[in-house]
Amino acid sequence: MQVPAPFEYERATSVDQAIGLLERLGSSARLVAGGHSLLPMMKLRLANFEYLIDINPLHAELGYIRSGSDEVRIGALTRHRELLESDELAAAFPIFRDAERVIADPVVRNRGTLGGSLCQADPSEDLSAVCTTLDASCVIRGPGGAERVVTMKEFHVGPYETAVGDGEMLTEIRLPLRSGGGSAYEKVERRAGDWAVVSAGAAVWLAADGTIADARVGLAAVGPNTTGIPEISAALRGHEPAEELYQEAGAIAARSCDPATDTRGSADYKRHLADELTRRTLRKAVQRARS
Amino acid sequence: MTAVQEPKTVTFDDNDQKPVGFGRMLRKEDPRLLRGRGRFVDDIQLNGMLHLAILRSPFAHARIVSIDTSAAEAYPGVRAVVTGAALAELGLAWMPTLSNDVQAVLATDKVRFQGQEVAFVVADDRYAARDALELIDVEYDVLDPVIDVRKALAPEAPLIRDDLEGKADNHCFDWETGDADETEAVFARADVIVKEDIVYPRVHPAPMETCGAVADFDAVEGKLKLWSTTQAPHAHRTLYAIVAGLPEHKIQVIAPDIGGGFGNKVPIYPGYVCAIVGSIVTGKPVKWMEDRSENLISTGFARDYIMRGEIAATRDGKILAIRTNVLADHGAFNGTAAPVKYPAGFFGVFTGSYDIEAAYCKMTAVYTNKAPGGVAYACSFRITEAVYLVERIVDCLAAELDMDPAELRLKNFIQPDQFPYETKTGWVYDSGNYEPTMRLAMDMAGYADLRKEQEEKRARGELMGIGISFFTEAVGAGPRKNMDILGLGMADGCELRVHPTGKAVVRLSVKTQGQGHETTFAQIIAEEIGIPPADIEVVHGDTDQTPFGLGTYGSRSTPVSGAAAALVARKVRDKAQLIASAMLEVTVADLEWTKGSFHVKGDPGKAVTIQEIAMRAHGAGDLPDGVEGGLEAQICYNPSNLTYPHGAYICVVDVDPGTAQVKVRRFIAVDDCGTRINPMIIEGQVHGGLTDGVGMALMEMISFDEDGNCLGASLMDYLIPTALEVPDWETGYTVTPSPHHPIGAKGVGESATVGSPPAIVNAVVDALKPYGVRHADMPLTPSRVWDAMNGRATPPI
Repeated sequence: MQVPAPFEYERATSVDQAIGLLERLGSSARLVAGGHSLLPMMKLRLANFEYLIDINPLHAELGYIRSGSDEVRIGALTRHRELLESDELAAAFPIFRDAERVIADPVVRNRGTLGGSLCQADPSEDLSAVCTTLDASCVIRGPGGAERVVTMKEFHVGPYETAVGDGEMLTEIRLPLRSGGGSAYEKVERRAGDWAVVSAGAAVWLAADGTIADARVGLAAVGPNTTGIPEISAALRGHEPAEELYQEAGAIAARSCDPATDTRGSADYKRHLADELTRRTLRKAVQRARS
Repeated sequence: MTAVQEPKTVTFDDNDQKPVGFGRMLRKEDPRLLRGRGRFVDDIQLNGMLHLAILRSPFAHARIVSIDTSAAEAYPGVRAVVTGAALAELGLAWMPTLSNDVQAVLATDKVRFQGQEVAFVVADDRYAARDALELIDVEYDVLDPVIDVRKALAPEAPLIRDDLEGKADNHCFDWETGDADETEAVFARADVIVKEDIVYPRVHPAPMETCGAVADFDAVEGKLKLWSTTQAPHAHRTLYAIVAGLPEHKIQVIAPDIGGGFGNKVPIYPGYVCAIVGSIVTGKPVKWMEDRSENLISTGFARDYIMRGEIAATRDGKILAIRTNVLADHGAFNGTAAPVKYPAGFFGVFTGSYDIEAAYCKMTAVYTNKAPGGVAYACSFRITEAVYLVERIVDCLAAELDMDPAELRLKNFIQPDQFPYETKTGWVYDSGNYEPTMRLAMDMAGYADLRKEQEEKRARGELMGIGISFFTEAVGAGPRKNMDILGLGMADGCELRVHPTGKAVVRLSVKTQGQGHETTFAQIIAEEIGIPPADIEVVHGDTDQTPFGLGTYGSRSTPVSGAAAALVARKVRDKAQLIASAMLEVTVADLEWTKGSFHVKGDPGKAVTIQEIAMRAHGAGDLPDGVEGGLEAQICYNPSNLTYPHGAYICVVDVDPGTAQVKVRRFIAVDDCGTRINPMIIEGQVHGGLTDGVGMALMEMISFDEDGNCLGASLMDYLIPTALEVPDWETGYTVTPSPHHPIGAKGVGESATVGSPPAIVNAVVDALKPYGVRHADMPLTPSRVWDAMNGRATPPI
C-alpha cells in the first residue's frame, strides 16, 4: 500500500479562514478539494506538504452554477458530476457536457472539482482546455477578501503552475455569454478515463448573417500549456462556415502546437490529432450554433 | 464425438434449484466475496504484528558502493533494518528461482533492474516503515544498462550476471524443437513462403490484489506460519524448506482468499523471504504488502518474445511447414516458472491446429536489465505466444494467397480421425474436432454477411475489420514422467471425507485465485456421489490441511486436480457400494447406482441413499468383512497426458480513419473445453480472458526508456481495459471430451487470454487492408495504428 509522508490536516470553516491558514503556513500548505490528483501524488511521495487544508466543507459556499444575463459563474468547488448534470450549463455551453462525459470515471467525477482541475494545471487537463476555449476568467481571492480577476492565459503560468499565490485561493470561474454561440469538445484517449492523447475544444459565435463573428479553439496535451490559438480565431472571423475553413483552422492548430512523443503517442500523431479534432469540433460547434 | 450446442436461453438458476452435479449454479464463494467478507492476506491481523517495507533500486544497473542505515535505524518505530550484506551472513542473500537460476533476495553486489530489492525496514506500522526507507543512504556506481534485447548479445554489451561463475555474456539459454533440415527441405519446394517479424511485447498480469505475506515465526515451537499470495502453497513450502533450511513439517503456508493471480503469484518473490527473515529477526509477526507500483515494476512480467515467423504453403493454400526464430527477453534473472524440461514453456505447440509436414523453432533467451518473470498472465506456459505467432502468420499467408482466412484455416485443420495427433514438434493432441467449432463461430457471427458489410463500408471509405483466430491449447501439466518443477512432480492429491450425516469435506492441493474452485470441485464430487454441492466443503490453500500438489496455474486445476477429485469420489462410492450391499443384503453386483443412491437391480424401491450409507459407515453394528469404518478416501493423480481444449474466435472492429481509434464492435467466442462442469463459471472465465485480450491487443505494455526506467509503473501508465472497451461477449461452445480425463474435462481458464489477442490484431490488420497493411504489432494504440496507416508501422520494442 502506498502511504504518504506525515502531514497535518485541518478542515476549513470559511473561505477567509482557509486563506488565513494559507497565508500563515505559506508554501508548506496546500488546499485539498476532490483530492484525486493531490492525494495520489502524496502517496507516491511526489508531493510532500506539511499541511493540508480541506476545503470540502465549503462546498455549500463554493459549489454553484449561476447564469446571469452576460455570464455564467461557476464556484471553484463545483464537482465534475454537477457540471456534467447541469442542463443549464449544457444549454449555454454544450462543450462542458462533452468534456465531462470523458473525464475520468464516475467515482472521480463525484469528488473532483472545477477549481481543483484548473489549479492542478496539468497540460493534459480537459477543463483547462474548455475554459480556455470559452475565454473564461478566474477569480482569485487573497488575504482580507481582496479579489483579482485574471484571464486563462494569465492564470496558466506553466505546467503545474498557476497565478494563484501562496496565500490565495481560486474561488470562481466566469464564462462570458454571447449570442449565436455553439461549442464542442473531442478527446482521443487510449482507454475510457485516461488522460487525453490530445483533446480539442471549439467555440463559435455566429453573426445574424450566418458568418463567424468570433471563434476560439483550445487544445490540451499538445505542449507545456493549455492555450488558445489566436491565429485560428483571426482566420475564422468574418467568414462563412465551410469545410475548407475548418481545414485551414486544423492546419493552424497542427503547426501551432508543440507536442512531445511519449507512451500516449508520437508527436506526429498528436499534431495530426490537433488538426483532426480542431476540424471536428469546429464542425460540431457551428452545427450547434445554428440549431 | 463432438456435441454442438443447441440454441439456448441462458438462465441463471438460483441456489434453490442448484444441480446435484454439473450445471449452471451460482458460486458458493460469492456471498462471502461480494459482501466484503473475504479474507485476503492484507486482512490478516496478528497480535504485535509489525510492518515491512522494501527499499528498491532507482537504477536499472548499478554497483552498490555503500549502504548507510543508521538514520533509518534511529527513526521512531523502526525495529530492524536489513541489507543484502546482513542476509549474506545468514546465507540468504540469494535464492533459487523456479528455473534453476538464482535471484537476489536483497542485492549485495549490484542492482540489475529498476525496482530490485536493496534493503528492508521493519517498523511498528507501515507509515513508519515507509518513512524510514527514505533515510537509508545508498551510494550507487551507475553502470550502462542492457535494455534493447537485440543488443544483449553484442560483444560490447555490459555483463549483467557477473555473479555467475565463468559467465562472460548475457546469454541465458538456447532451445530448439522440431526438425531444422526437414523443415528447410519442405520450405525449399513450397510455392509460397511468407515471413513476418512478430513481437509479443512485455505485459504484466496486474492482479487486483498485489503480492504480500504475513510471516509468523514461533521460536519456541520452531514453526513458521506464512500467509501469502501464492497460487502454489505446497511448492512454496518445499522451496522455503530448501532455501531457509527450515524443516518442512515446521512450515505452514496458507493462501487465504487471493485477489487474482494470472501467474503473477506463482514465483517466490524476495518480499516473501524478507517477511520471513523479518519475523525471525524481530521475533514478531511481520506483514509485507507491496504497493501497485512495486507489483508492476518488480514482479513476474509476461511474454517479451521477438519472433520471426515463416510459413510455407502450396499456391492453393495447403500449409506445408512453419518455422520460427525467437529472441526471448528473460530480464535480469531467469525467473520463469515452467516445467524444467521446458525452458520455453509449451511454446512448442506453435504449429497450432493445422496438419502440416514439418516445423522447427530455434530460440535464444537473454538477460537484460529488466524485472524477471516470463511465464504469467494466463499464458498456459507460453502458449499465448505460440498461438499468436501461428494465427498471425496464417493470416499473413491468407493475405498473400488472397484467400479468405476462414477458408484457409478450414482447409488445413487436423481432421477428427487423426486424433490422437502427434505434431511435428512431438506434442500428442488428445482429441479435437475443429470444423464444427469453427462453423458454429462463423454462424453466430454471420460471417458471410459481415464480409458483405465490410465490402460496402470499404467502398464508402469506412474501416471495418473481421479477425479470426483458431487455437489449440495444451493444459494440465503434467505427466510426471516428463514434467516437474525443481524436481517436484506435477501430480495433485485429493482427499474426501463423508461425515456421518452425509455432508462432506474435500481437500485439494490446488488453490483458487478467483476461478471458483469451491463451486466447481463441489460439483465434481456431487456428480460422482450425489451429495448436493451445498453439503460439500472445499478446503484448499493451507498446506497443513491439504494433500501435496503443485498448485493452480497453466489451466491445470480441472485437468489434474479435477480428475483427482472425480477419482477420489469414485473410490468413496466403491466403498459405499460395499456397505450398501450389506445394508440391502444383496451382492455388490446386484446393486445399481443412480446419482445419490444404490438400489437393487430391478427393484428401485429397495434403495439406500449416500447419506444413509454414510451414517452406517460411522454407526453401530458390523460392516462387511474387510471393510473399515468411515467413508473417506485419498488419491494422488498423475495425468497420462495434457488436455487440449480448442476454440474459434471471431472479432469485428471499426477503426476511425481520422483518429485511428479501434472499437471492438463484436466478439464471438466458441470454446471447446470438453465436459462442462459449471457453464456459468466457464463463461465468466472466458469473459475475463477476452477482456485480457482486448487489453493486450490494444493498450497494455510494460516499456522502458533507454536508461531502463520502467514506463508502466502505475495504472495511469499501464492501462488495463474497462467495461467500456469491451463489447457484449457472444459465447458458444462445442463439447469434445478428453479421452483420458475421468470426466472428459479440459482446462479453460486461459483459453480466452490465449485465443483472443490474435483475433483482435487480425481484425485491425484486416480493417487496414485498404492502406496495404499486412502486419502491425501490439499494442494497437491509436498512435500505433495511425503509424501503420501511414506505412510506418514499427515494432513496439
